[in-house]
Order: sequence, then C-alpha cells, then structure tokens
Amino acid sequence: MVGIVSYGAYVPFRRLKRSAIGQTLGIPAGKGERAVASFDEDSVSMAVEATRDALRAAGDATIGALLFATTTPPYAEKLNAAIVGAAARLPLEIRAADLTGSVRAGLSALLQAADAARGGTTALVAIADCRLAAPEGKSEQSGGDGAAAFVVGSEGVIAEIEASASVTREYLDTWRTPGERFAHGWEERFTLTQAHAPLLGKAIQNVLAHAEVAPSALAKVVLDVPNPRAVDEVARAMKLEPAQLADPLALTVGQTGAAHAGLLLANVLSAAKPGDRILVAVVADGADALLLRVTDAAATYRQPRSVGRLIESKGDVAYASYLKWREILPTEPPRRPDPERPAGPPMFRSQTWKFGFVGSRCTACGTPQLPPQRVCVHCGARDQTEPYPFADRRAKVATFTLDRLAISLNPPTVNVVVDYEGGGRFICEMTDCEPEKVAIGDEVEMTFRRMYTAGGVHNYFWKVRPKR
Amino acid sequence: MASNGIKDRVAIVGMGCTQFGEHWDKGPDDLLIDAAYQAYESAGIDRKDVDAYWLGTMGQLSGLTLSIPLKIPYKPVTHVENFCATGSEALRQACYAVASGAYDIAMAIGVEKLKDSGFSGLVVSDPPNDGTLGNMTAPASFSLLAPAYFKKYGLDPDKGKDVLSRIAWKNHRNGAKNPKAQFRKEVPLEQIKASPKVADPLGIMDCSGVSDGSAAAIVVRAEDAHKFTRDPIFIKALSFVAGPGEGPLAQDYDFTTFREVVASAQDAYHQAGVTDPRTQISMAEVHDCFTPTELVLYEDLGFSARGTAWKDVLDGFFDLEGSLPVNPDGGLKSFGHPIGASGLRMMYEMWLQLRGEAGPRQIKDPTLGLTHNLGGMPGRCVSFVSIVGR
Repeated sequence: MVGIVSYGAYVPFRRLKRSAIGQTLGIPAGKGERAVASFDEDSVSMAVEATRDALRAAGDATIGALLFATTTPPYAEKLNAAIVGAAARLPLEIRAADLTGSVRAGLSALLQAADAARGGTTALVAIADCRLAAPEGKSEQSGGDGAAAFVVGSEGVIAEIEASASVTREYLDTWRTPGERFAHGWEERFTLTQAHAPLLGKAIQNVLAHAEVAPSALAKVVLDVPNPRAVDEVARAMKLEPAQLADPLALTVGQTGAAHAGLLLANVLSAAKPGDRILVAVVADGADALLLRVTDAAATYRQPRSVGRLIESKGDVAYASYLKWREILPTEPPRRPDPERPAGPPMFRSQTWKFGFVGSRCTACGTPQLPPQRVCVHCGARDQTEPYPFADRRAKVATFTLDRLAISLNPPTVNVVVDYEGGGRFICEMTDCEPEKVAIGDEVEMTFRRMYTAGGVHNYFWKVRPKR
Repeated sequence: MASNGIKDRVAIVGMGCTQFGEHWDKGPDDLLIDAAYQAYESAGIDRKDVDAYWLGTMGQLSGLTLSIPLKIPYKPVTHVENFCATGSEALRQACYAVASGAYDIAMAIGVEKLKDSGFSGLVVSDPPNDGTLGNMTAPASFSLLAPAYFKKYGLDPDKGKDVLSRIAWKNHRNGAKNPKAQFRKEVPLEQIKASPKVADPLGIMDCSGVSDGSAAAIVVRAEDAHKFTRDPIFIKALSFVAGPGEGPLAQDYDFTTFREVVASAQDAYHQAGVTDPRTQISMAEVHDCFTPTELVLYEDLGFSARGTAWKDVLDGFFDLEGSLPVNPDGGLKSFGHPIGASGLRMMYEMWLQLRGEAGPRQIKDPTLGLTHNLGGMPGRCVSFVSIVGR
C-alpha cells in the first residue's frame, strides 16, 4: 500500500483584509481576508515550516527523495529543494528536484512521490507558493500564501493513494515569462467553458472509473480551480452534495497557488475517519485527479498543528505594508550601508548551523550552546562536543530591543535574547509579533526565514516568533 | 603570573585634542596633523624628538595612515585597533613601550572621520561570513541593558527612562561648558526624554554624538617628566580586558553588567592601590556610548553598589558639583565619539583637570582620575580602565 504517511501545513501569520485593498484603491472588494507571507518569508521558508511538521508527524521514516513544488521559486537557477532539505536536516544521500511552471506542480509532485514510493523510496513533498499579483487585479484579492508537505511511503500509511488520472492540454489560460512579476490571464468565459470544466471533469471521471468508485461514495472532494464557477459545474455534473465539497478556504486564506490542493487536503485529512474516500483534483494546463482512502492508521495519527489552528493564529497587515514587503511600492532606502552578500565557503562550512540550526553540547559538562563552540563557554573543555539541534526547542525572552535604525522592510526590527529550555542562549530577531507588546518572559519558538537578499543571494537563517 | 602594572613609571607630558564635531572642511590627515602638533607644542618638543608612535583608528591597514601626513622620518608607527577602546589601546601600548625602556618619547594618537560616510550612526563591516551574525545596530545592542536593569531592580519603565534621561542631561550640561565639545548646549530633561526613538527605550538623545576628531598624548619615563612640563600627569594603572563573549551564549549573564569592565576595574584598582573607588577617585571619564551603558558602568566600576546607581544618578552624585563627577567634559554624549580618538580625549580631560586647566568645569583639587573605554556590546566586549594622578 502506497500513500500519505504524514502531512504538514503552513499558513503565514499575517492576513490582509480584502476590504483594506478595496478602500485604498477605491475598487470593489471581496469578502474575507487572504494570508500573506511576511516580509521575511518566501516559498522556500514556508515549505520548510510545513516540512518540519510533516517530518515531526512521520516518526522515524527515512526520506530518500525530496520534491519541492512552487510557481514562485526564490531561485530560478539553484536547487530550491536543497535549501528545504538543509533546513529540515535531511540526509546527504537523497534525490531532490524542484517542480514548477504551473499550479499543477503541487499535485504533480505528490504523484511523482507516489511513484517513488512504489519503487521503495519514501519521498517528502514540500509545496509552497507566495502568490504575487498586480494591484487592482482580481488575483491580488483571491490569491493567498501558504504551504503543505507530505511524506509519501509504503509503511504507516494514513491515506492510501488508490488511483490517479491526468490529462494535459495546451491552451492559453495563465502565463508569465521569466523576469515578469505578475501573471497574465485569458478571458474567463473561454477558459471556464473550454478548459477548466471539461478537463477537470475528464480527469475526475477517469480516476473514479479506474477505482470503480461512485461520486456519492466520496467523503470529501477537494477541487482547486481558478474559477469557482467551474467547481459548481463539476459538482452539478457529479451530483455532489454541498457537504461533500471541501472548504476552499477562500475567505480565510485565499488560493495558495501550487500549494492549494495540498493545503485543502491537509485540512480535510485532520477531520477524516478511517474508510473515508477523498478526491483531490486540480486544473491548470490540463488536470490531475487523485483518489485517497483513509486507513485505520489515521485513527491514532497525531498532527502537530492543524490547518484550522494556523488559520486562527493571525495578525493583520496594512495594505501599504504589504505593498512595501513585496516591493511593489518602492520606498526611500535608509541611510545605512546595504547588507553584505553571505559568502559561499562560510555557508558551506556552517551548513548544519545556518540551515539546520544545530548547535553543540559539551560532553564534558553538558552545557548546550549555539552557535556550535569548539571550546566550551562553561567549562573550557576543547573539542568535546556533540551536535545539539535547537530548532524544535522552546525558549523564553531574556531581554529585548526594538531596533529602528537597522535596515528592514518591516521596521522596527525586534531583537531578542532568548534562553532555551534545557540550556543555551541566542540573540536573534523576533518576527510575526507586535513590537510594542514584546516582554521579558515571552514564550517563543524557532522559525526559518529569509533574512534579506543581497547580491542576488537569499540569506536564510532562523528567527523566533511568539508560540503559534 | 600577575598583572603588575607600571604605577608611576610613565608620565604624560603633553596632549592635544581637536574640536570634536562635523569637520566638513577637514579630512583625517588634517585632524591627525592638528592633534599631533598640539601635543608636540604642549610638551615643548619637535616632531623629530618622538621615537615611536601608536596610531588608533578604525579599518585602516598600517602606520602609513599617520607617517605619510606627518612625514614622520623613518620611525616606528604601529596601527592598533580594539573596537571603541582603540584610542586607549594606543595609549597603553605607548606607555608600555616607554616603561620597557625601548623608547624615550612615544606618542599615542587617535583619529576618526565618521561624518564622511553619509550613513546614520556607526558603520562597521564584517569579514566574509555565513550571514548568521545578525544586523543589530549599536544602539540596539546596548539598549538590551535597559529592560533587564529596570526589571531586575524594580524600576518601572517610565522611572527608568527618567534615570537615563538625567544621565544625558548631565553630560550635555557639562559639555555646554566645554569649547571643544561637539554639542555645547544644555538640553532640557523633557526634550531628552521625548526624543525620537532609535532603539526602544533609547531615543536619539540617549546616543553619543557621531563625530570627527583626533587626540594625542606624549609619553615619557616618569623621571624625565619634569624636563618637559611643570605639571605632568602620572600613570597609576592601565588595564585592558577582552571577554570570552559569554553574554550571547550563556544564560547566567543577565545584561545588567559588563563582566569585562568589572575585571578591568579590579585589575586597575589593584595596580593603583585603590580600595574604595567611590571615595578615592576624584573624577572619571566613562564610556557613555548610550545612557544605559553609563548607568551600568557606575556599578561595574564600583562607584555605586549593585542596584543603586539609578538613585545616585537622581541624587546628582555624578554631577559636576557632585561627590564623584563623571564625564566632566561632556562624555561621548556631548563631546562626541570619533572612535579612535575617544580614549585619548578622555585622557585629555584628566590632563586638563589635574593641571587645573579645565576652566568653568574645573573640579576642585582632583587627585586621582579614572578613564574607562569600552568596545563591543553587552556580554561581548573589550574594556579599558586607566587611573592617573598628579
């Protein structure tokens, strides 16, 4: 049996109210809000968040392949998956690839992972998107940012992949050439009637026929379609009850690109019962459809953070701040020198520290410390150390400052001194917080972020955030 | 093994100090020439009489930075750098060189030209690195002291802010009496307290002045001192400490002290035979880079018992008319902080005060003066303490 062994999801902390867009631009606004990756997040950092949860829930599964899917890769050339793997402390000896080019990339990655699992390799699928759209456009309001991750294998499967079907067709719907920030879209009536509804229908028809499952037997149907009217058409054709349709999270998160089908599936899985059949389908340049059956193992499965909890954990962002974060609204640079590009050899030497947040523990006196130290800060022993991961350790704020002089897309920069449970201290930035409310004793957890970009190099490292 | 010091073996017989501030019309070469020639003239010597030089300045690569503008004729010039304590480090090296007998006359000189960068605040660049070093600015790293100190000693933040503001108020009040200071006017307490935030709770008025300037000292053996001047000042102690950087690494550091300062102060007091600094030290120039630094220094230097410096501040203990005047020349706050020059500028005030030349801010009959110079950040710094006397 091949299928999903564990999953993780990520919805960034910040929300942009659609009414705020409407008010600022003087245009009609949709209902609800969309999730917004913070100024220090991107598809890779969000994928890391979801991946860490999926791996936590996977127990001791040995990952042999890593697939990162997105339409917004931080690097056009350079393996983005390698960054995800380094932050998740995956082993050296794995296969890894980036899948991109279409919002279908997420389900494509899941299907490829299933193939790998059938060949005996447990695969990790990390899917994330940071949807960028031009102001006043429909997708600016309908889009969202988020991530999902799945461990796919043949042991400890909680949702078996029973069948899949794919169709691929060339037509002009959504496109963006290299260097363009915003995608273009063809007129909706054409894509709805000629592509979305018929192609999605075809893929779903094929997968259900293959598995000999009737639409009425489906516990939940996840449909990721750019146009909600296509969902209506497909649902009517399949004679689905409204309760069978999964919440599209349109009012709370928005359409999260390649990650959306995965995010909706993660949301459905947290409420699924053994025996449930779940259909997942996405349409873009064709369609993929996937039929899952929830197994008995799901009854005892423990998920670290549910999608629902992540949706509830939130804070608003002003539309103007969002425009600055995305550098859609250029701002006057502060009178400080530009940050330096991080250097290749030092990053190479310190990979487990920089990306994995692994410190050291002195084996002579037991003191944990970070960054890793060769000479113990407590007892002075030299080279008596073992690796000591800090990424999953909780910490408390010992003291803090709000730095209004430091260069940041989101001033003030909150710098905190944090003390870890079990020992170890670090000074770093605090993100996703209300600066004026930071206090000594606050509980925080680690999060992987993009600190800044300099000389075309994204500088990834860790920050703390209030416990979510 | 011990730190023995060179008490009364070396004297300063001449000093120079430029005006600190915005020298748009002068480059670093001009500032060096001005300070050096003031020092030569003060000691009554000629440029060719100096046997060796120590130059303190940031980010330069050699002694040529000094020897070329001064046209020093084939003499040793050593460039030294030790963060914001660079000027003090230059003086320390010159004193030891003279004490060793290697040279008869040495000059320590420091310079910085900060206003040419076009940036706000101090800018320091790191060597190529892995991008994990963080980007905390200097005011932010020192502001970490404030909430920690307030919490530990039960000051509510508003009261704490009053204490910090009063330190800046005092230093401006002193600087107003100093013709060479960058900022020569008193600033009302309310204006200091309400100044725009830089790194909460610090406002712009809690920060030292970004400044251009240079200062220099001529050092000779104590027995030769009276050949140069009637009123030399004598080195009683020189202590320098670099810490292991425990603050950002170990949980037992609580951001209400500089262990490096405690260690260097103890060493200096031992060298000089000082047992009760609160009563024995007549005056001090301390490294008030930011107001909470000065607050914590009072306790680290033993001027106030732990947890009580804030009361001494409010009582005026460290005012010019108080029992232990601190930063009588205006300090980094009001005199300005051209990094490499600051340690020598502190000594310049000791030179004036001990010789009775400090004019309207003259302290009555000082006998022992202390300078304290610090570089780095709380928990990870270098600290210098000197004690000088007549």
